[in-house]
Amino acid sequence: MTSKFDDSAQRSRRAFLRGAAATGATAALATKAAAQAAAPGKPDPLITDIQDWNRTLGPGVDAAPYGKPSPFEKHVVRRNVPWLTADAISSINFTPLHELDGVITPNGVCFERHHSGVAEIDPTKHRLMINGLVDKPLIFTMDDLKRMPGRINRPYFLECAANGGMEWRGAQLNGCQFTHGMIHNVWYTGIPLKTLLDEAGVKASGKWIMPEGADSAAMTRSIPIEKAMQDCIVAWGMNGEALRAEQGYPLRIVVPGWEGNMWVKWLRRIEVGDQPWHHREETSKYTDLLADGRSRRFTWIMDAKSVVTNPSPQAPLRHKGPNVLTGLAWSGRGSIRRVDVSVDGGRNWQTARIDGPVSPLSLTRFYIDFDWDGRELLIQSRAMDNTGYVQPTKDELRKVRGTNSIYHNNGIQTWLVRGNGETENVEIS
Amino acid sequence: MSRFRNLLLAATGVAALGAIPVATQAQQTQRPQAQSQAQAMQPAAKKTGLGRIAHPDEVKAWDTDVRPDGHGLPPGSGSVKAGEELYQTQCAACHGEFGESAGRWPMLAGGAGSLNREQPEKTIGSFWPYASTAFDYIKRAMPYGNSRSLSDDEVYAITAYVLFLNDLVKEDFTLSKENFLTVKLPNQGTFYDDDRETTERSFWKKEPCMKNCKAEPAKITGRARMLDVTPDSKTGPKVD
Repeated sequence: MTSKFDDSAQRSRRAFLRGAAATGATAALATKAAAQAAAPGKPDPLITDIQDWNRTLGPGVDAAPYGKPSPFEKHVVRRNVPWLTADAISSINFTPLHELDGVITPNGVCFERHHSGVAEIDPTKHRLMINGLVDKPLIFTMDDLKRMPGRINRPYFLECAANGGMEWRGAQLNGCQFTHGMIHNVWYTGIPLKTLLDEAGVKASGKWIMPEGADSAAMTRSIPIEKAMQDCIVAWGMNGEALRAEQGYPLRIVVPGWEGNMWVKWLRRIEVGDQPWHHREETSKYTDLLADGRSRRFTWIMDAKSVVTNPSPQAPLRHKGPNVLTGLAWSGRGSIRRVDVSVDGGRNWQTARIDGPVSPLSLTRFYIDFDWDGRELLIQSRAMDNTGYVQPTKDELRKVRGTNSIYHNNGIQTWLVRGNGETENVEIS
Repeated sequence: MSRFRNLLLAATGVAALGAIPVATQAQQTQRPQAQSQAQAMQPAAKKTGLGRIAHPDEVKAWDTDVRPDGHGLPPGSGSVKAGEELYQTQCAACHGEFGESAGRWPMLAGGAGSLNREQPEKTIGSFWPYASTAFDYIKRAMPYGNSRSLSDDEVYAITAYVLFLNDLVKEDFTLSKENFLTVKLPNQGTFYDDDRETTERSFWKKEPCMKNCKAEPAKITGRARMLDVTPDSKTGPKVD
């Protein structure tokens, strides 16, 4: 089956024609064509008729002081899986990965996870405290932070440790939005956390920090001081504008490559301590329960992972002939070195083409341009990072972790594409 | 920190501006691929003088966190009996009368011995390693939608009652700052630090298989559609 990828365009075209005849898809082809283009030999009325937008005036420059996507893109939204959580306030929604391209997630569709809803904070009333094992406990206003020297911009992915958590026991949700959509990738603007810690003066006994949120969940996590000093950012900007309220406006901590829960939003305080706090989100949650009943803790790093976003259950194949397979790969340990794709359930693999920046701890976009002859496909992708880590199969993961761990499911995803293009989340032998 | 000193510091920054563009340009040419993690963060050269010293009352207002060693526990105490009354009015609507959970809200009690079974029940008694975590969390974030409304004595009382629901303390127990560390949760010893780099070493492969990697064609063993739990599942597409 992989040989299909290697076919010359001509050979593929013939294969496509044979496929079309064999499945008797000609009728369907004609129906669909009417909606999209002229029937063969007839002029396309979309061209020969004058359309409304050819004739009339549209809204002026004051109609949308803050622009929104075209109304024809209104289906490109975050979605919730209502049965997952008790209510929609302490809950999660999912990034529509199958509708996006490139590596940057638009601010309005970055998935959300709140524990007490979206806090609404006037930035003039926001304060950041640094306290604990420091020479001077300090208070900063937003203005103070924006006057700090050494402002930086970095693109990083944020993945919830529970991304894919519903799939440990088997294929469950039909769409990469739901199986892989607890991730986004944006440019952060802010200052290195190190700058603030240096300003306060971390005592020699200070080995951990604890960021805390200003919302009514007052989220806390323990982070080793080495990570805090290495690359954590106190950020107020995303993709060139202020953080969205649902992403922690006016301030959040960025913890590159590490699980999203640690990226505390509405950041109001950073305490320095000599040991971890073992708070709720690092004991009862975000620990990985293994098959023997014991649990791993402090599993902060997000391992290498990838997913084919198109085709996928919400973005089935609609045409035989030329198609573009695309997906995303990422690693919390470094940068993506290679992505391989299989269309026969992992028997044979082909290396995908990567386009766009390959930046450490950031999403990487891959493509395979292929001709589809209507054959059933079992599509998989496999990411490798620059530490030599190779994304494992789901069965390889289950062998080590069992099925109760909820978090850190980075197993290889399989999509079944049927002859009619319908695409489904499946598990394979 | 005087306004005057801040202005002076700002002026110093402006004076130094002439030298900055060269370094900035050099940095930009490195971005984004070539720059390593270590290079990504420039050390702060010296103190900026920005910010101000926190007032002790400000630190006290926000620094409420409690650790397993008892660090951060406020003075106070609360009995199981007092906790029961508070629990029924403040907690039971979501967590159930006996900590068994209402709807999909977290279970607080029960589940002993379930952690290696197919449906583990991760409660304070069966799973949580430290009682301090419960105290800290109740104090910072509970009750849901009315955080920070409980007094320290009330937090001690509710914590005591939740421990009682898990058969970890007796009915006549009173939890206090003084005796807090006598309470041990049974599952504490089963947590261990991330060991993926050793136990999952096999995932670091040099060169993964590319051709004829499986003897048999892959067989479908599970299908999401059979469960039908995806929101707004639609029928199949039309293909041309």
